[in-house]
Amino acid sequence: MQKVIAILSGIIFGLGLSISQMIDRQRVLGFLDAAGAWDPTLMFVLGGAVGITVITFRFILPRAKPLFAPKFYLPTKFNIDRDLILGSALFGVGWGISGYCPGPAIASLALGSTNALIFMGALIIGSYVAGKVPAPSLPKPIDSTSAKPSTASSS
Amino acid sequence: MAEFSWSSGLIGGILIGLSATLLLLANGRIAGISGIFNGAIFNLSGDAQWRWLFIGGLLIGTLIYEYGLATKPTPQGALAPISMIIGGLIVGFGTRMGNGCTSGHGVCGLGRLSQRSLAAVITFLATAFITVYIVRHVLMF
Repeated sequence: MQKVIAILSGIIFGLGLSISQMIDRQRVLGFLDAAGAWDPTLMFVLGGAVGITVITFRFILPRAKPLFAPKFYLPTKFNIDRDLILGSALFGVGWGISGYCPGPAIASLALGSTNALIFMGALIIGSYVAGKVPAPSLPKPIDSTSAKPSTASSS
Repeated sequence: MAEFSWSSGLIGGILIGLSATLLLLANGRIAGISGIFNGAIFNLSGDAQWRWLFIGGLLIGTLIYEYGLATKPTPQGALAPISMIIGGLIVGFGTRMGNGCTSGHGVCGLGRLSQRSLAAVITFLATAFITVYIVRHVLMF
């Protein structure tokens, strides 16, 4: 069942990204260009998405466990540290240069976008390098799967 | 560029929020794309399968829109290999280092009222706005 859910939520996510035109990187850049012909679309996308999760997560997270999994896999870090800020700052720079963040870039692969293909190839290299940077500045790879699924129990 | 449509933005955003809701409620997982992708491609935690299934779904959803729902093809824009290589390297490095991107910190982290994610979102939005300003209005690309 978890496999069906994974595919289904991926499909809904892909529909959301494409219906909202976030797979058009010019539209994303139009949002980020406050000094140009500003395109507010991204604000409605993020607002709509967070508007949903803020409400639904309030009811989901207090549950003892998810419907089909033994536990919730939540981020295990709570402090605002150097890696979070420096990493996020770098992400914003790359986002501004390319107009792609990871979701829309992956989605655009489905459209045969050469730009997205090049971007994703470079992204894999960048992520690989970040995973190799020694410990003091970066968490060990097993933690850095993300601020995302906590991997502690599944590994 | 097509004209701004707040309704398609809002509908798309709501779908993304519902996707994140489904994944958390049913599987207990956070719908953060950079984390899902890194975990899939490097098999960081031995649970790559559901991640690949999610990514497959993401591609299917995009295809359903493009070839089933869209009234006109999504513009691909001009080929920009240099921007893609530089941007991709930095995004890959930064999202791994900062543990998340627009979806993980933005959609899910803000939904969890995480202060870490709020700090991340403010930071990456700020540097993205500054970067686009510099690229478009100072360097004039």
